[in-house]
Amino acid sequence: MTPRALTKGNIALAEGAIQAGCLYYFGYPITPQNDIPEYLARNLPKRGGIFIPAESEIASINMVMGAAASGKRAMTSSSGPGISLMQEAMSYMAGSDIPCVVVNIMRVGPGLGGIEPTQGDYNQAVHGGGHGDYKNIVLAPASVQEMFDLTIKAFELADKYRNPAMVVADAMIGQFQEPCRLTPAEPILIPEKPWALTGRQGRKPQLLKSLYLAPGEQEAHNLRMKAKYDEIQEHEVMLETRELDDAEIMIVAFGTPSRVAKSALTQAREMGIRAGLLRPITLFPFPEKEIREYSSKIRKVLVVEMNTGQMVRDVRINSHPEAEISFYGRPGGGIPYPDDIIREIKKALKKS
Amino acid sequence: MYQDVIMSGFGGQGIQIISQIAALAAIRKGLEITYLPSYGVEKRGGRTNVTMVISDSEIGSPITNHPMAIIALDIIALETFQPVVREGGVVIANTSLIPEELFTRQDVQLVRIRSNEEALAMGNAKVANMICLGAYLQRTAYMSFGDIESVIGDVIPERLKHTIPDNLKAIQKGMDLAR
Repeated sequence: MTPRALTKGNIALAEGAIQAGCLYYFGYPITPQNDIPEYLARNLPKRGGIFIPAESEIASINMVMGAAASGKRAMTSSSGPGISLMQEAMSYMAGSDIPCVVVNIMRVGPGLGGIEPTQGDYNQAVHGGGHGDYKNIVLAPASVQEMFDLTIKAFELADKYRNPAMVVADAMIGQFQEPCRLTPAEPILIPEKPWALTGRQGRKPQLLKSLYLAPGEQEAHNLRMKAKYDEIQEHEVMLETRELDDAEIMIVAFGTPSRVAKSALTQAREMGIRAGLLRPITLFPFPEKEIREYSSKIRKVLVVEMNTGQMVRDVRINSHPEAEISFYGRPGGGIPYPDDIIREIKKALKKS
Repeated sequence: MYQDVIMSGFGGQGIQIISQIAALAAIRKGLEITYLPSYGVEKRGGRTNVTMVISDSEIGSPITNHPMAIIALDIIALETFQPVVREGGVVIANTSLIPEELFTRQDVQLVRIRSNEEALAMGNAKVANMICLGAYLQRTAYMSFGDIESVIGDVIPERLKHTIPDNLKAIQKGMDLAR
């Protein structure tokens, strides 16, 4: 087994992309994700891939569309403002069933914001961003190891469902370092892509498009996409749970707040407070069934996010109707400390 | 075993290198660590802070607001982190640059090291950071000199390999001073 080396989150993600067989990267610089293009600029060409520093984010994502339409694994990465610029093309790719991976190392916003960590782009990734009735597959790593593993997973899911997949991490997860094994858990398999545009070469012409004008055609297309999303919801939910069996309160958090929650949980247990944690790893598909089941047993739920309340809506929608949902959010670069979460746990349990 | 530490100084004082040595030694010892360098719009001479969490089990939070130890290489480091050190925690202070009247906490283990002068006396002004690392290792006692000795060559870049003996001597010196 390869030894674990101290690795930065963004570097683990970039290496994960190379090992996943990503052959094309297109990107435009923005902090706090610059380690990704920097690493890929050095290493992707050496390992048989193409690195292109594009003239803009809009160019980057449209180059991704072209490379991915030819059946190759392709990726771009950016942060908040850059991801906003990419939304039109992401909608086109969703509508054309083109698989790709888009990474958002989230910085504070709205607007240009700053470079501090946040989770303010949850709604953009999970509920919209671009126009039309579509969904991205969204993965949310909470450790350096997961930056590597979930990037590989993002490519697999994108290809499996022919759908854009996003990896979203706050700037803390992108920039801190942990020991990490940069070897895939399972062998990398890239599926055949008979739909790819590779030049006609004696076969029937094929199209990748999102334009449907004939009566009923668009509706049928949307319903087929809906069936795909249902299948993803059914089969691809990933989550981590911690000490929920006897819990009197369930914390729900992803990314950095989930890490802080783990420390808070340990300290709360030492104080005799039975806290547990549910950490969504996939944000779409969201762990709807699990939230429903756990909240029917554990009627106090505390959602912790680094924003003013985005995932909490999904938790509310899916929780048992009688569960009491409280929220603690730190927007704009604020990071919750374990003390803060313990205070909120006590508040929710009405203990002093 | 759980330990968290904030190491702080200005750019060029060598916070990055001592924290990387400690981090690698901890990993090789089979411990879990998280390593969070300060980041932002920084340049030469700017602030350098590193938060490290070291544990023998899975680490939750990579940040801490009550560190069990701090290494303060200059005044700003001490003024920033002295108020938040946990009661009974360890403060390694470079008193070559930090005046006595700034120490306000009575409830911490204060280790005063005149590391710039000590380093000069050893004949190498650049090892002041290593002396403070030694003092930290001595007081926190979760790693030995041998743990550091076995990894230092993997952290110090090739062109500076000749400095390893001086660095190791300085770490030993810091351990002796903090005894």
